[in-house]
Amino acid sequence: MPCRHIQPQWAEAGWGPFVGLQQAWSVGGRCPCAQAEAPTLQITTTTTPFDTDNAKMEVLLGITGKDFTLIAASKAAMRGATILKAADDKTRQLNKHTLMAFSGEAGDTVQFAEYIQANAQLYSMRNETDLSPSALANFVRGELASSLRSRKPYNVNLLLGGVDPITHKPSLYWLDYLASLAPVPYAAHGYAQYYCLSLLDKHHQPDITLERGMELLKLCSDELKRRLPIDFKGMVVKAVTADGIKEMPFDDTEVVKGT
Amino acid sequence: MASGYDRALSVFSPDGHVFQVEYAGEAVKRGTCAVGVKGTDVVVLGCEKRSAMKLQDTRITPSKIGLLDTHVCLAFAGLNADARILVDKARLESQSHRLNLEDPVTIEYITKYVAGVQQRYTQSGGVRPFGISTLIVGFDKGSEQPRLYQTEPSGIYSAWKANAIGRSSKTVREFLERNYKEDMDREATVRLAIKSLLEVVQTGAKNIEIAIMAPGKPIEMLPVEDIESYVKNIEQEKQEEAAKKKTGRTPGTGSAAILTRGAQGESSEQ
Repeated sequence: MPCRHIQPQWAEAGWGPFVGLQQAWSVGGRCPCAQAEAPTLQITTTTTPFDTDNAKMEVLLGITGKDFTLIAASKAAMRGATILKAADDKTRQLNKHTLMAFSGEAGDTVQFAEYIQANAQLYSMRNETDLSPSALANFVRGELASSLRSRKPYNVNLLLGGVDPITHKPSLYWLDYLASLAPVPYAAHGYAQYYCLSLLDKHHQPDITLERGMELLKLCSDELKRRLPIDFKGMVVKAVTADGIKEMPFDDTEVVKGT
Repeated sequence: MASGYDRALSVFSPDGHVFQVEYAGEAVKRGTCAVGVKGTDVVVLGCEKRSAMKLQDTRITPSKIGLLDTHVCLAFAGLNADARILVDKARLESQSHRLNLEDPVTIEYITKYVAGVQQRYTQSGGVRPFGISTLIVGFDKGSEQPRLYQTEPSGIYSAWKANAIGRSSKTVREFLERNYKEDMDREATVRLAIKSLLEVVQTGAKNIEIAIMAPGKPIEMLPVEDIESYVKNIEQEKQEEAAKKKTGRTPGTGSAAILTRGAQGESSEQ
């Protein structure tokens, strides 16, 4: 079995620690696969998490700016080669200032997201205060990490964006089904990474305005339409600011010609 | 008293009482008073607040009124610590209901759940009943109809137009029975809740807590200044009524002492 633990390219880029991977790697400095494959008891392959190609075809994008976090998710709900729905919303609001976008195995995604949403809301009701985005991100990572080591792990990749209710600092967290967690200034999941990260590397600044953020998303969206051989049916865009979460108008009807 | 039938909880006395449950009812009667009043489009919870000690930080001392979910509010009378456990269970159930049914709980459902938990604690081994009664209020999703329910330590639950629990609840309930009117607006509902509480709360506005629920809106805790103005208003009205009664009664009584006092009172008011 090939090793799944490929270190993401931007682990060295200095965007904070990969908490999940770091913990796993720190065991004797080897890839966790070396350990995982040692036991004699072999569980059938369907019980181990796997990356479906379908999941990679779903687009998740996140951008932070001066006082906001933008999250965009493709609107296509796919199964195999078929698009089942063209107006899917792959996001859930966790509390007033935190939004989570998800991709991955159908069923797992919504189940996991709504489970997290319920727990976030329960915390808010019990404590009369909301969890901060960073607290939520670490909670989600914990849930993913224990799921990963269970009989049937969730196959879900996430972007978690928010604005701290007290400091008003925007933040964005990149999480994957292996329970990696990374705070990042901008992020993508799936094949979209290959096209959008380079664009954002070039054009993103930490202090951009919401308008500029939307421009960057348009840039990404156009590039995806140009180069990604998948019709992902446009994107839902939501902005998290100190005032809360609102859906942004995003024109994705325009046809972009290839070069 | 110690007849042996109040030791193990789940044991009947020969005449059909479960003493521990009745003792829990006593704990409720010793708790501070809470009232709930329904209006046409609001429902109001009022609470008697214990006077804080000098060094107590009242801002962060927990209240007797709590939210179970964004649309359901609970007030209790009895043992505070028991209430915390019950409220926590109810909050968990509310979120669990949302997760599993994709709908917020109805007020009746969560009342039934709370009462169900209270009942379970009267019939299982190694536990004691919750020493609290609760008033549960709110609005069902998509409904404009205010709801008000009461639960008791035994697990009984019932629906009301207006009700009181806790210390002197009988007095307050009788007051509500005399003064409740159909079709009260927000103002009148709040006023009735405060007025009924004033029957048993001597210290006035600073020992009263008021929560207002309206359909589709978050809970509103009435600021102390607002309660104060209500109290002032009510007290003034009471004085005027008393003065009217006295002047009305004066010719009949013919008592010189009362006449003088009445005259003094009137002159001091002007």
